[in-house]
Amino acid sequence: MTVAAEAGSSTAPAGTTTPPVVPVRHRWRTVAAVAVGVAVVLAVQAAARNHNFQWSVVFKYLVDGRILAGLRTTIVLTAATMAGASALGLVLAVMRQSESRLLSGLSTVYLWLFRGVPLLVQLLIWFNFSALFPRVPFGGPVLASVATNSVISPWVAALLALILNEAAYMAEIIRAGLLSVDRGQHEAAQALGMHRGLALRRIVIPQALRVILPPTGNETINMLKYTTLVSVIGFSDLLYSGQLIYGQTFETIPILITVSIWYLVVVSLLTVAQGALERRINNRYGPARGSRTQRHA
Amino acid sequence: MTTKTNGTPLLSIEGVWKSFGDLPVLRGVDLTIDAGEVTCVLGPSGSGKSTMLRCVNHIERVDRGYVRVGGELIGYREEGGKLFELSERAICHQRSAIGMVFQQFNLFPHMTVLENVVEAPIRVQKVAREAASARARDLLGRVGLLAKADAYPRQLSGGQQQRVAIARALATQPRLMLFDEPTSALDPELVGEVLETMRALAQDGMTMMVVTHEIGFAREVADAVVFMDDGVVVESGPPAAVLDAPAHERTRSFLRKVL
Repeated sequence: MTVAAEAGSSTAPAGTTTPPVVPVRHRWRTVAAVAVGVAVVLAVQAAARNHNFQWSVVFKYLVDGRILAGLRTTIVLTAATMAGASALGLVLAVMRQSESRLLSGLSTVYLWLFRGVPLLVQLLIWFNFSALFPRVPFGGPVLASVATNSVISPWVAALLALILNEAAYMAEIIRAGLLSVDRGQHEAAQALGMHRGLALRRIVIPQALRVILPPTGNETINMLKYTTLVSVIGFSDLLYSGQLIYGQTFETIPILITVSIWYLVVVSLLTVAQGALERRINNRYGPARGSRTQRHA
Repeated sequence: MTTKTNGTPLLSIEGVWKSFGDLPVLRGVDLTIDAGEVTCVLGPSGSGKSTMLRCVNHIERVDRGYVRVGGELIGYREEGGKLFELSERAICHQRSAIGMVFQQFNLFPHMTVLENVVEAPIRVQKVAREAASARARDLLGRVGLLAKADAYPRQLSGGQQQRVAIARALATQPRLMLFDEPTSALDPELVGEVLETMRALAQDGMTMMVVTHEIGFAREVADAVVFMDDGVVVESGPPAAVLDAPAHERTRSFLRKVL
């Protein structure tokens, strides 16, 4: 209340006698805060006292070599997937906007197919690709061929499935970004004699990034979690590395908690990085003329 | 006014037709501009004047007719009685010899003023960066904005942005400059500085085609004034003739409204 009184007295001209303003009080918020606090204390107590949690085991495996190797694999897989999916998504987004019916049609069919089939199903299909085509290449003139199973390792199957699926989503994000750039920018580039590819690279994409990057951050965070699906094809990611350990030691829950902690750590780091990135994007190109604190949606 | 005729006109528009879907916008436009001349195009909105301007550098495709700059057909080659559209590369080459200034400035917001001006010389014309920068600074000096070389467009006023846009269009050393309502998006107090820049450009002998509502500018600077309505050129001639003694009723009624 003192704050309100001070604010009132500092803005009001000297000599005014109007009463100070008191904001609405939210009593239920206080009640709710107390209730939540009690619940948290009880939950923490229950977790700490319950020996089934085996916290010592949780912490022991947190820095286990196999878990850390799995963590590294998960991060590399996520990064590789997002890089590949962004590149393919850009191609698909540009194709979608093409004047050529063939190219835009191909892009539409791609999106329909790879967004329509569940990711887990796609993953299993790629992993079992040799059942479809025992040897690659499987069409056209063949000089030499190799057994499909020697090419489609778990790594290749995982990357193929994740990239091809995620590219369909990235294509839509990138397309929205490209569409967000004003037509006048295309025309200005055209009028200067820039060809389409140059205009895209130099003028359109740099501006589209403002729209593309925030949802791409979300996709990256989601992808980190989707990569757990690859454990079904025996790919040694973070989850599968944990599963391999508790398959022998039967410390199932503690190790799953270990794995969860690592996912939370990486997601938290990514979230912080995403926030920093968005602030940087919004503060680019200098402060706007005549505005005090320019904020973009 | 002076009419500098020396053989072929720099710009000639001949029987140009253009429709957007079923809507005819240009219905047989004829127009010529000699080198060093300034032509102002007046007319009510929807008369097709901006579309005609955009046909000159092939940002809009014409449906029929010829647009020639320096005798060279823009956007097409004629063969066997048909016009075949040129490759993108060839059209880009033609465009870089034609400067264009837009109503909404269309500066690249992610680049500084200097980067905006050197972009086309470096990327399109493959000019060395040092040479392009030196020339860009010279141009920025001419439009009075050398001090803003490192500012971003959104830190500039509308008038300043438009002057940068003029410098950017000049950077490719065009022989023809197109202005599409260059002052229509400006606050009234900023119009003068842009018109002043354009006047200086005209005095330097640049060939200019200006779609505008600024009758005063047309009267003072233009060598010829063209009045368009409903997709055709209604009349054209020296400003004194078209603005003070228009021959057509449509021109008279338009001028009554805007003056």
